Amino acid sequence: MPVFALVDCNNFYASCEKLFDPTLKHRPVVVLSNNDGCVVARSAEVKALGIPMGVPWFKLRNEAKRHGIVAFSSNYALYADLSNRCVEVLSGFTPNMEVYSIDESFLELSGFEGRTGGLMAYGAEIRQRVADWLGLAVCVGIGPSKTQAKLANHAAKKNLAGANGICDFTTMSPAALDVLFERIEVGEVWGIGQKINARLEAMGIRTVRQLRDADAELMRTKFSVVVERTVRELRGVSCLELQEVVPEKQQIMSSRSFGQPVYDLPELEEAVASYVAKAAEKLRSQDSLAGAVQVYIRTNVFKPEVPQYQRTVTVPLPEASADTRVLTLWAMRVLRRIYRPGYGYHKAGITLMSIVPATNQQFSLFASDGAVDARSRQLMDVLDGINGKFGRGTLRLAAEGVEKVWQMRRGNLSPRYTTEWDCLAVVQAR
Amino acid sequence: MLEPMASLGPGVFIPLVPAPKLSLPLDTVKVSAGFPSPAADYEESRLDINEYLVRNPVSTFFFPVQGDSMEGAEIHDGDILVVDKSVRARHGHIVIAFIDGQRLVKRLHCRAGRVALLAENPCYPPLEIQEGMELLIWGVVVGKFKRFGA
Repeated sequence: MPVFALVDCNNFYASCEKLFDPTLKHRPVVVLSNNDGCVVARSAEVKALGIPMGVPWFKLRNEAKRHGIVAFSSNYALYADLSNRCVEVLSGFTPNMEVYSIDESFLELSGFEGRTGGLMAYGAEIRQRVADWLGLAVCVGIGPSKTQAKLANHAAKKNLAGANGICDFTTMSPAALDVLFERIEVGEVWGIGQKINARLEAMGIRTVRQLRDADAELMRTKFSVVVERTVRELRGVSCLELQEVVPEKQQIMSSRSFGQPVYDLPELEEAVASYVAKAAEKLRSQDSLAGAVQVYIRTNVFKPEVPQYQRTVTVPLPEASADTRVLTLWAMRVLRRIYRPGYGYHKAGITLMSIVPATNQQFSLFASDGAVDARSRQLMDVLDGINGKFGRGTLRLAAEGVEKVWQMRRGNLSPRYTTEWDCLAVVQAR
Repeated sequence: MLEPMASLGPGVFIPLVPAPKLSLPLDTVKVSAGFPSPAADYEESRLDINEYLVRNPVSTFFFPVQGDSMEGAEIHDGDILVVDKSVRARHGHIVIAFIDGQRLVKRLHCRAGRVALLAENPCYPPLEIQEGMELLIWGVVVGKFKRFGA
């Protein structure tokens, strides 16, 4: 029988911020979304204040002053590095795992039940090692299916069952599980979103126990095979396997909202060129070529009082490419075609589409010769090499511009403590 | 290389313009001409400074130093410390300590009920840890390095 654990980092973004900054101990910390808009992560202190997820920051200004809340812009470089480290630590506990999100991983633990102390002890070991090695707190939920593991994690986090941030459903008695499942609302179950939740409630299904004991066939006819599977998983029948191999991306998107509205074509061009550069780098890192480029621009839909315009156009390339110069050229052509003066643009983005592995390249009849191709690849290798060493954007096309006035607002960005030599945290010898 | 072109009907072949190439890296191909290099059997991998300084990369972080209180331990202003969080701190270790909102590098002393953070420079008195003070030993310093601007 399979056994799964869901390990997730507590208050991940806020914990990353606290890790390197001793002045933040015990202080309420929030992390804001792009452009410093809304609260996307909260430290335990902020949760205790009753501040919900997703509130716009400007609405919190008074409370922030009163409670001394510290707000950070999203420091993705820091979070990504710590997330990768966490995955690496967890991979020492099982050969089979699935990285589910930036702060959650499923671990297959079958075969480890027989260890002294059982899975609770193994969970404690996981928790201890992540705390010792990375200074991050995690919760561990264990169950015979992924859905149960996720629920066990919820129970551990909310102190509903288990102990010390670890909860193992596989060793709880059926009676104890009945009691627990009766206490948890059905909306907490993995895969039960708001819509399904509302419909379930209309049918009188409010608790996890009720959903588990519902007629699985009926759930399939009423909802979908997904909900049926959830019911079976809640009963302890594993229906969802680990998704170990991340499928290669079929599309690569790069887009951002601007810090302030952008009116001029040259500024938009710079923004779009830099998105292409970023996406192309990702494309090359997975050894692929893009067959089409899509560009979109739009005004701020949340400001209906200003004139609105938006446009998305896709252009197929004559030949699949991973060359930043080629992709930028086509993106610029599209952009110039869809740009209309007189509007305040709020967001722009590009998508690389029809992605194929570089080895399957279909050459067009009129394609450039192989020598040009090889040179292009060499140049791109140099580009990625330099940017990898000295930081993204060190070497770039002139089209990307130098000033980047359109860049998103990130007023309270903490240093990239772990990924930039210039951003390391200084220690005092005094 | 030839490829059928559907639009020209069956049996009509036109050459594929840039024929795909298979390039092999030179060093994986054994060339058996002439005498073999007498050094071939002694080949070893080149020394890697990462390997020397960093035993456990996943738990290793770097911190630059500011100040002169650790000169006695050969830790100077501007050095970059290699800090391994997976090493359990013991008496006598040089550690990164978070205390009173500060990030400090000190020698950890814990003997006979006394816990203190010691400097390695007579100008700086020991920092005695009293009951109720919140001390976090963030990690153990396992090495240091510095790059000169040459």
